[in-house]
Amino acid sequence: MSYLTRRLLTFPLVMLGVSILVFVAIRLVPGDAITAMLGTEAGLLTPAQRDALASYFGIDQPILAQYWHWLLGVFQGDLGISVTYGKPVLGVILERFPLTLQLALMSMCVALAVGLPAGVFAATRNEKLSDLGVRIFAMIGQSTPNFVVGLLIIYALSAGFGILPTMGEFTPFFTNPLRNLGQMILPAVTLGFAFAASVTRISRSAMLDVLSDDYVRTARSKGVPKRSVIWRHALPNALIPVVTLSGVEFGYLLGGAVLVEQIYALPGLGRLVLDAILQRDYALVQGCVLFIAFNFMVINLLVDLLYATLDPRIRLGEGG
Amino acid sequence: MGRIFSTRLVSGLALAVALGTAIVTTPASAATLRMAWSQDATGLDPHKQTAFSSIRLLELIYEPLVRFDKDLQLVPAVAASWQFSADGKELTFKLDPNAKFQDGKPVAPADVKASFERVLDEKTAAAARANFRSIASIETPDDKTVVFKLSQPDVPLLTAMASINAAIVPAAEIAAGSIGTKALGSGPFKLEKWDPNSKEVLTANEDWAGGKVAVDGIDINVLPDETAILASLRTKQIDFALLNDPLVATLVPKEANLTLNRTPVLAYHVLQLNPSRKPMNELAVRQAISCAIDRQDVLDTASVGEGKVTGPLTMPGYTTDASQLFCYKRDVEKAKKLMADAGFAEGFSATVIAANGEPATAAAEAQVIQSQLAEIGVKLDIKMMELNVYVDAWLKGDFDMAVALNGGRADPYSMYNRYWTKVGNLQKVANYIDDTLDSLMQKGREETDPAKRKAIFAEFEKHLVEVSPWVWLYTSYSYTAQQKNVQGFVPTPEGSLFGLSKVSIQP
Repeated sequence: MSYLTRRLLTFPLVMLGVSILVFVAIRLVPGDAITAMLGTEAGLLTPAQRDALASYFGIDQPILAQYWHWLLGVFQGDLGISVTYGKPVLGVILERFPLTLQLALMSMCVALAVGLPAGVFAATRNEKLSDLGVRIFAMIGQSTPNFVVGLLIIYALSAGFGILPTMGEFTPFFTNPLRNLGQMILPAVTLGFAFAASVTRISRSAMLDVLSDDYVRTARSKGVPKRSVIWRHALPNALIPVVTLSGVEFGYLLGGAVLVEQIYALPGLGRLVLDAILQRDYALVQGCVLFIAFNFMVINLLVDLLYATLDPRIRLGEGG
Repeated sequence: MGRIFSTRLVSGLALAVALGTAIVTTPASAATLRMAWSQDATGLDPHKQTAFSSIRLLELIYEPLVRFDKDLQLVPAVAASWQFSADGKELTFKLDPNAKFQDGKPVAPADVKASFERVLDEKTAAAARANFRSIASIETPDDKTVVFKLSQPDVPLLTAMASINAAIVPAAEIAAGSIGTKALGSGPFKLEKWDPNSKEVLTANEDWAGGKVAVDGIDINVLPDETAILASLRTKQIDFALLNDPLVATLVPKEANLTLNRTPVLAYHVLQLNPSRKPMNELAVRQAISCAIDRQDVLDTASVGEGKVTGPLTMPGYTTDASQLFCYKRDVEKAKKLMADAGFAEGFSATVIAANGEPATAAAEAQVIQSQLAEIGVKLDIKMMELNVYVDAWLKGDFDMAVALNGGRADPYSMYNRYWTKVGNLQKVANYIDDTLDSLMQKGREETDPAKRKAIFAEFEKHLVEVSPWVWLYTSYSYTAQQKNVQGFVPTPEGSLFGLSKVSIQP
């Protein structure tokens, strides 16, 4: 059996585990859809009124029966109906996903575009003042929470320059690319900031390792130009930890960036999950978590396949 | 490969920077009010939704029989006039002949009857049903008259009818089962589009019986972060906003082009003690806690002074001079003596629960109270909870003490019968039964003379503060912010946005 087939076969098992975990966890938390809707006014309900609401929210059945009913639906491609949106869960998720995907891609571009060159630059100037500068910048980037960066950007733009991207009404990329990018660039920079810092640090240390390898020294002594040694000979081998980091980070970003989405009022997956949890929209929480878990597994698989491309010596699935 | 990779990255970055500078603000369309709030409505059924955020939206679309003006006086809505019978057991409404639903059909007595029957039907699960239980039957003698027959005199019933939870909806929509999925009311605005947690589009209802609406419509954006709302106001991207956080609201007057509306509200911040638990079952201990708390200090520290120290009665017309109430001037010596009298000279430990962000000041309030009570030896452990978890514990009465922001009503009976009468729905939350409170509540319910009612509830308030099951702290403000060219908005103590029906945008 090939590596790919074996990996794909583990997908349903992991998904089943995730589904049980999320199904039980969201129901173990005190408070239910009724208190989420009514708050303290829920105390005014008579028992008959409570029963009517429980049946409306589908929480009047025993938990095992609820799970079984939901699982049967999932196998038929039906993730249930969101009570908040009054629409099928999968539809709601797919409406939100393009934004999250775009935000993840854009912030990864920002991170790699800034982080890789900075890391390589710092490595080639090891222990010099400019290296120190990059390292300090990376440290600041990594330790500043992204909501602080976001709020600072918003404040500086609105108070200092009187400009701000349109917030609230989101424009999809294919409706109006320019307007869309105008709305997305700041969130992408905000998210990419810390991400770029980690990329800088990882690529710097990986580059330092590779630069001290024998083959690099050989290349140099043969008279290959320094530029070419760094970018063509050393960098591809230093990329493996960067790919690992980016893969993990990208997986997280596909789960939605809750704080940044809140600050910039972007209707992405992160806010969808948060609101769903706060409103105890069980079907929506379950659907979102399954969807996010699925994405994470796909990304991990892609990262593994990418290793083999970057370094042909890596044979996936053989031995350790 | 490396070269191509990096070249692409660099050009991608250049593109991103170029686009970043292309950010422009959208021009205003003159007659549509652009508005923002941080919390969106959670549903469209006016009879079932109790969250402030939902009610703020629904009261623009639906109308009750009567509503409150800015002084909490009842004014006509769907009903043009109303009258209690002499024995207080019959309430008659004459409907406004011009009142129409947004599909053009007149609002008929049958719609009123069907609406209230829906609220009273337990299958509807309307929490507001508790306020209407005295309705025995509803009669519709002619095409403009509705008569409510009551099982007992119930003066507060009329004020309860001013709630959007008693909105008049079309009987045909009830029959079709479409209330909650389709918003069809008789109010000043029609709901064209609702994208939950993101956006609402409202257009003016040209046939509205209440007069001409000065704007073409309202576009509401949900901006979850209030500092982002302030930034959008600053850059003129929105005309009007609802704000909850006093810290953000106090920044508004610093902006030259913005106006802040600040209105005292009926809701009250309170430290709830649980008198069913030791040692809060001791009167002296509860009184000691009340005496040890500096209410003004809680207000100043937790809420930057944005509010007013209050007793239990927060509604205009019933409020009394708070400084005259029991221990409203902090007295630590008296508190220590009371503790010693009760046998707790060494103090005790207890847990106080509070909800994260609900209200925004909850954690700060708990911390101030913690430090104040430490002075009389009460060691408070603060337990912050997600709102829903908090509500669950609160409803079960599962706490020693709770920091709460409880909703107010225009009538003292409607506001407090749930806690302080023997049959109150939330009696288990208050956990305190007192014959004096119960009988004063019943008297106030039946008394029709306003001066006598006021005296009854003043006595109720004085006694309630003395027996201290809870420690009332302060009332805060509701805030709206607007551009200077937005005119005509009148806020109300209920925090209603109904005043938007009279708003105009100057060019």
